[in-house]
Amino acid sequence: MNLLDIEDLWVRFPTRQGVFDAVRGVSFSLGRERLGIVGESGSGKSMTGRAILRLIRKPGIVEANYINLEGRDLLRLTEREMREVRGQQISMVMQDPKFSLNPVVTVGEQLMEAYLQHNSSPKARAQKMATEMLENVSIRDPERVMRAYPHEVSGGMGQRIMIAMMLIPNPKILIADEPTSALDVSVQRQVLNIMDGLVKERGMGLIFISHDLNLVSEFCDRVLIMYAGRIVEVCKADKLHQARHPYTQGLLNSLPRLDEKCTHLSVLTRDPSWSEAPSVRG
Amino acid sequence: MSDMTLRQWLLTDEPTSRRHARLASFYKGWLTLRSNSMAMVGLAILVALILTAIFAPIIAPHDPFVQDLSSRLLPIGAEEHLLGTDSLGRDILSRLIYGARITLYIVALVALIAPVAGLLVGTVAGYAGGWVDVILMRITDIFLAFPRLVLALAFVAALGAGIENAVLAISLTAWPPYARMARAETLTIRSTDYINAIRLQGAGPLRIITRHIWPLCISSLIVRVTLDMAGIILAAAGLGFLGLGAQPPSPEWGAMISEGRRFILDHWWVATVPGLAIFTVSLAFNLLGDGLRDALDPKDGGQ
Amino acid sequence: MTALVINDLNVWFGLVHDRVAAVKGACFSVEQGESFGLVGESGSGKSTILRALTGLVPQWSGTIEVEGEALSGAKRDRRFFRTVQMVFQDPYASLHPRHTVDQVLSETLHLHGLNNIDKRVTELLNDVGLGQRFRFRYPHQLSGGQRQRVAIARALAGEPDILLLDEPTSALDVSVQAEVLNLLTDLRTLRRLTFLMVSHDLPVIGHMCERLAVMRNGEIVEVMSSETLRLGNPSHEYSKQLLSASVAPNQ
Repeated sequence: MNLLDIEDLWVRFPTRQGVFDAVRGVSFSLGRERLGIVGESGSGKSMTGRAILRLIRKPGIVEANYINLEGRDLLRLTEREMREVRGQQISMVMQDPKFSLNPVVTVGEQLMEAYLQHNSSPKARAQKMATEMLENVSIRDPERVMRAYPHEVSGGMGQRIMIAMMLIPNPKILIADEPTSALDVSVQRQVLNIMDGLVKERGMGLIFISHDLNLVSEFCDRVLIMYAGRIVEVCKADKLHQARHPYTQGLLNSLPRLDEKCTHLSVLTRDPSWSEAPSVRG
Repeated sequence: MSDMTLRQWLLTDEPTSRRHARLASFYKGWLTLRSNSMAMVGLAILVALILTAIFAPIIAPHDPFVQDLSSRLLPIGAEEHLLGTDSLGRDILSRLIYGARITLYIVALVALIAPVAGLLVGTVAGYAGGWVDVILMRITDIFLAFPRLVLALAFVAALGAGIENAVLAISLTAWPPYARMARAETLTIRSTDYINAIRLQGAGPLRIITRHIWPLCISSLIVRVTLDMAGIILAAAGLGFLGLGAQPPSPEWGAMISEGRRFILDHWWVATVPGLAIFTVSLAFNLLGDGLRDALDPKDGGQ
Repeated sequence: MTALVINDLNVWFGLVHDRVAAVKGACFSVEQGESFGLVGESGSGKSTILRALTGLVPQWSGTIEVEGEALSGAKRDRRFFRTVQMVFQDPYASLHPRHTVDQVLSETLHLHGLNNIDKRVTELLNDVGLGQRFRFRYPHQLSGGQRQRVAIARALAGEPDILLLDEPTSALDVSVQAEVLNLLTDLRTLRRLTFLMVSHDLPVIGHMCERLAVMRNGEIVEVMSSETLRLGNPSHEYSKQLLSASVAPNQ
């Protein structure tokens, strides 16, 4: 059975100029796999991730035939039940760890709080769990990091702490929204490798939202390519470079390459028919 | 041009001239403000107040200064005196209507003096930094350290009682918070890339402060002034109440409460009615200020 | 002639006691018409060099020569601003939120003491591929790529010889990045500009620059030609690391 099934998802924002559709009828399923969603800014990829967790703020509207988490429709849950789902069943890692961690509480306390929220156990055990989690995300001296405040750790470390925190309740699905865009290239792969290892080990489903086609093709099994709120193409991640849709090809070609010299990069010419074509099921 | 096309012309994302761009952004701000119904209530009350002040001689049923000792302290709803009369038999409604003029006069003068002084001091201190900042901010601190009404009292005592001096005293005590706020904003704005960019074009400090920093400070200042208006009216009323603001027989609302104080147990309306007027106008300013905060946010993309 | 010479440049922040060195003993030079890149991770001091050069960071020692003239302190004269201009990293932060495109460009032209402002604004907008439709828009009515084009137009308004580019495309989508990089390439040939470009993205620097310096913790570890980079044989260990992290395995 699939972990997540989404049918005909729409995200709408009313504006003065009329209703703006950020996501337009997207359908896909997620098994115990790593699913990548790529697209440019404004393609609706982040909105899709947020809509699953019902994190779209008013006046935004989320509509779908269903968003089924193991057969349970998330759209029918009350806000109270939804809070259980967030964190317990589906966790989310955001782009910048600086804004996701509370700046006035130590890392250790935040990790322990995350653990105690979902388990009733003595504090000593929470402490042990938190230390263990930090070790899991390859932090060398967890004791020191536990006592540190968020501003005292580097960006890569902060993101690893976030991943540790999100994995504490053992969720079924992890949604990672551009988890490494704020990090340096050398740290990026390190963080992704850690996340990848943990997800595989626990048999979780991963939704990896990114603008970086190369990263996605490296760290996912399957990729959805979004354009103007719709899925234009679905393909196997390792076959991404043989993608057929002109948009995907255009994106790949517009990247500067180190192995060949050219004076001008190829530029994507957008065809209006791309946004009119019906969304592909993923 | 029909209404529909005028609206489209104003809401366009592709303005064709400077004037068009300015009008369009103004219109979008107005739409944001209009969608806030509480702010519109506040605005309506204030417009009513302004109209009342302008047309006071036409609206007012009686002369606010004419005394009639035979009909003194009439209750609310009395014949010919809708809101009753005070201890000298003057019509309270007429006095309230003429009092609107004084209230507006005070508010307008303070709103012109205090924020402008604060903006000047704050932005100069924030942008210049160093010892200029230290000196200007310590002066601000000195003013902030006094309780507002006490400082105003001291000024009025030194300058003599009267509306003009009351306004001056209130302005002198009201500017430091604006200076602080303007300085705090300037510190953030000063380090942004768009200020760096204009510095790299060779712009001097005067141009940067007046053309680049002021436009961004002014909107939050306007919001703050509107929210402070209630306090200013109350301070003016307080001075009036203590006999240091407007002098009798002038129908200033605070002075009216002061006069009514003696009869507050037997003839409650004499003090209560002007009190309600102060309350309503203060509330209106607060509601409008809240709405303006949303409408004037520079980060708002008009979406 | 050499456009830029930087010798033993040290830049630091803070006062005597808690002084933090951001750049340590940087040396490099850029020939006229050349495009030179500075690559490094965040905190390596690459942007700080640009800021010291333009006088936005006051505390530095060493020598900086622009077209043969040595700079000192943080004061820069009008002639410097007509020679050297800069494009900032984040197009969302480098345009004044209350000024229209027209205001931004007109004011810049006015500050450089140029006449015929109306005609020049038109030309600048055409040069950066925006056209007149965008002239009276506010920044919030523009996309990231369009904003960066306005920033480039502003930098070009004073007709400078040297353009400093501080991560000009790192906030943009790849397809928009390609457009902006192509625009910069075209403008460089058209106006015979010298580029000093800062980026964390090795492929972008490799594409845009003839030579580059790799920076780490405030020091330049290696200066090489982009040919060396393309062939994949930098000599320093750190450059090799950076290179392997930037190349996708299946590329």
